[in-house]
Amino acid sequence: MDVDIVLSQIDPRPMYQQIMDQVRQRVTIGDWSPGSKMPSIREMAIALKVSVITVKRAYLELERQGVVITRQGQGTWISDQLNRQDMQYQELEQVLERVASIAGSMSITDEELVSLVRDYLKQRGD
Amino acid sequence: MELAIECQKLSKHYPHFDLSNIDLSVPTGSVMGFVGPNGAGKSTTMRILMGLVTPDTGTVKVLGCDMPGQQVRAKQEVGFVAEDMRLYASQSLGFHMDFMKSVFPAWDDKFADALLKRFDLVRDQKTKGYSHGQRIKAMLLLALARKPRLLILDEPTTGLDPSARHEILQQLMDVLEDETRTVLFSSHNTLDIEQISDHITFILNGRIHSSSDKETFLDSWRRIRISFNDHDRPDDSAIVTSQISGSLTVITTNTFSDQSLNAWKLQGCVHAVERMNLEEIFLACVENEREQRS
Repeated sequence: MDVDIVLSQIDPRPMYQQIMDQVRQRVTIGDWSPGSKMPSIREMAIALKVSVITVKRAYLELERQGVVITRQGQGTWISDQLNRQDMQYQELEQVLERVASIAGSMSITDEELVSLVRDYLKQRGD
Repeated sequence: MELAIECQKLSKHYPHFDLSNIDLSVPTGSVMGFVGPNGAGKSTTMRILMGLVTPDTGTVKVLGCDMPGQQVRAKQEVGFVAEDMRLYASQSLGFHMDFMKSVFPAWDDKFADALLKRFDLVRDQKTKGYSHGQRIKAMLLLALARKPRLLILDEPTTGLDPSARHEILQQLMDVLEDETRTVLFSSHNTLDIEQISDHITFILNGRIHSSSDKETFLDSWRRIRISFNDHDRPDDSAIVTSQISGSLTVITTNTFSDQSLNAWKLQGCVHAVERMNLEEIFLACVENEREQRS
């Protein structure tokens, strides 16, 4: 598995989150298939020129989310229990969460938000 | 956890500067970034580690060797590069490479040649005409090709162009492929430190301000925009810097957690909580230290 991940220096998100997002993205689009072996933490760190501890944290959190499985002393795999559709839903949920929080800070009611979404979809369909 | 560098309670008195109570532990197989303003004591500390300066008090162990007592043994396996080091001006880089090879049995010819190419250096060129960047790269080449178990680098990326900096960072990361090798480096470029360090040690005015793993360190800092209920009485024990503009106060804190956020919410209306990068943290620390001194 090639580590062809590119990180952004000006992305405001912490580096470990960028790594997590990119791994998830690879899995979602089907580049990295369930059950395949991930690069080791050290390999990933060297390839990305990012500290070992940052990659370790990304892997730990990915494991917590059930995206990867680590077997002590053997390495890390993309979970074979993983369902791509679930991942896509999770990604959608993350975006919705962000939408809801922005709407909340603008005091937009749920009904207004739903109609905004509906309007947007309608416009896009036209 | 095995330590490549271990020093305790180092102190050194100079007429205009005091290095006080420096504790430093660098785990084997990791990168430690050493950050601090000019004149904070970074170079002095590194010189003590190398046995070039004898501390007034305290103990130093480098790769298990007591310094300076066992420095001959330690230096076989330590590569040290500092900005003020000089090469023989009338000699070529090749001369220096041959010289290093004759002293250090671990010298790797193939790797040295690869580094020549990657650093864009010419073996036969006399070092007299070198630019600052070429000199630093040449010195790093001489240190890296020895394959030392420990690299101590004082400002290895200062004054380099972006592509040279990139190349150096890559080389430092490649060193870590071998889990028994360790890097301690200082830099003013907080981005470099933030990117490749596993641990960060902050030194301010001759004292260690903080030393912890990078993720914990960055996680503990936040900038919070808050309107305090009672302007005069914020709980300032958790505040590093604060700036008031109108009803809004912008504070920085180094004890951030979910619980502390709840505590802030009890004291006022929290408008925003922002993560800080190492540069912003650096500035907050320096500002705080200046205020405390005045």
